[in-house]
Amino acid sequence: MKTETKQAVNKQRVLPPVFQYPSAAVPLLITQGAEALLYRSTYLLPSIPCALKYRPSKPYRHPILDVRLTKHRILSEARVLVKCKREGVPVPAVYALDEAAGWLMIEWIEGEVVRIRLNEWLKRRKDEDLAEGVDDEQLLELMTRVGSAVGRLHAVGVVHGDLTTSNLMLRPRSREGLNGDLGAAVNTLEGDIVLIDFGLASQSQADEDRAVDLYVLERAFGSTHPRAESLFGEVLREYGKSFKGANVVLKKLEEVRMRGRKRSMIG
Amino acid sequence: MALLQTLHLEHLPSSHAIHAALYRDIKNATHLQQQLLNGNTDFEYAFIDAGVIVSKIHALAAAYRAVNDLLENRLRSRNVHSEIVFSLSPNNNIAESFRRFGITPTTTNLLIIKVSTPTSPAAASEVQEHLTSSIEGEQVPFEDSVLSQMTDVARIKKIYKLNSGGGGGKKTGQVNGAKGDERKELEVLVLGAMALRGVTN
Ligand SMILES: Nc1ncnc2c1ncn2[C@@H]1O[C@H](COP(=O)(O)OP(=O)(O)O)[C@@H](O)[C@H]1O
Ligand SMILES: [Mg+2]
Repeated sequence: MKTETKQAVNKQRVLPPVFQYPSAAVPLLITQGAEALLYRSTYLLPSIPCALKYRPSKPYRHPILDVRLTKHRILSEARVLVKCKREGVPVPAVYALDEAAGWLMIEWIEGEVVRIRLNEWLKRRKDEDLAEGVDDEQLLELMTRVGSAVGRLHAVGVVHGDLTTSNLMLRPRSREGLNGDLGAAVNTLEGDIVLIDFGLASQSQADEDRAVDLYVLERAFGSTHPRAESLFGEVLREYGKSFKGANVVLKKLEEVRMRGRKRSMIG
Repeated sequence: MALLQTLHLEHLPSSHAIHAALYRDIKNATHLQQQLLNGNTDFEYAFIDAGVIVSKIHALAAAYRAVNDLLENRLRSRNVHSEIVFSLSPNNNIAESFRRFGITPTTTNLLIIKVSTPTSPAAASEVQEHLTSSIEGEQVPFEDSVLSQMTDVARIKKIYKLNSGGGGGKKTGQVNGAKGDERKELEVLVLGAMALRGVTN
């Protein structure tokens, strides 16, 4: 109990000052990454949920460098998000930011990250004793949607820079999808893909950068489950159709894979 | 419900209430603008041309930013009310933002925002009384359904440079069809442009 209280206080203290002013609900810490804290909070009205990404200053970094780095990251993430939104790539909307204070406020995306949804799905199939390859359509469909979302991102000249299954969210289309336990009939892989976490993104049309995005994503799926890895071809198939020049990227991906393999043999 | 709305925005001190009032077919825009130009302290309001406002959220976003900048001591313009008008801008040109978003002699639909602060507190009843005696026009509810009838979408798209490209986004908008969805899409793009104000590439 005691440690819990202390934690709660700590969480409060790391909020940027303006978020210590009253709101309908206290901002809720969702994740604590190496660089950023992510809170669920509200924007303007209690009815508008938002995600607040806060990059507190790092005591071990030189203060001037620290401020510059934080500003740069906040602005670059916001710029890329706004660009993507304008061009119809599925990403959260940008609501507000304060680069000097180190925060970025964006649209809250309902649902869950793909990594978690995929693990749930795989576990349920295991519990139901379904063999791999049987009734895989739901997973295949998910792969198609992922391929198309990544394709749209690359098509507008943005590379993500950290394309893992924790940075892809599945937003339920229907109300039912929002409350989890509705029985076995529910497809936990249902929903629209929304790309998040553009802290390392950049504007690039280089095949190499695009191929690295795909490679990182392939590894992320592979680390979830061998089945997910073997179906990754579906992501690439859809990606290949998504913009002119995508096939060149797929060729490049083979090169990037080779390099990756060599590196892992040495390391 | 009273026509004047008083809101306490999320993550602002409760001492900083926001009053909002909307008027249709105003007849004395020139006179009202003149009060601002003269610096008449009885007229500390954000007078916004409702034609360039997409929605309630759009207007409140500007108020939120201006109050935030007031609290952080970094207003770029004269006071929190002019700052609300400037906060609507997608760029750092203050004079231009007044011309585009502020009241002009040709303004017919007027959105008024008044911020109550600890140093100049303003009660809803006083604000309403003063507006009633100063604005020649029909007061209407500050609601999306009313605002949307006043919105000049083409003008907003031009100001926020939302006409170019963006095939993908527009496609989804049209598939979903409904007018409300289009509004939401526009609102979200406008909020993004405002948040990036002055962020150079
Ligand atoms: N807009 C959002 N809506 C809902 N949840 C989000 C949103 N953005 C991030 N999250 C959640 O917070 C986690 C961390 O956010 P992210 O932007 O990926 O930061 P980090 O750089 O720490 O990985 C995500 O994996 C996701 O679970
Ligand atoms: Mg992440």
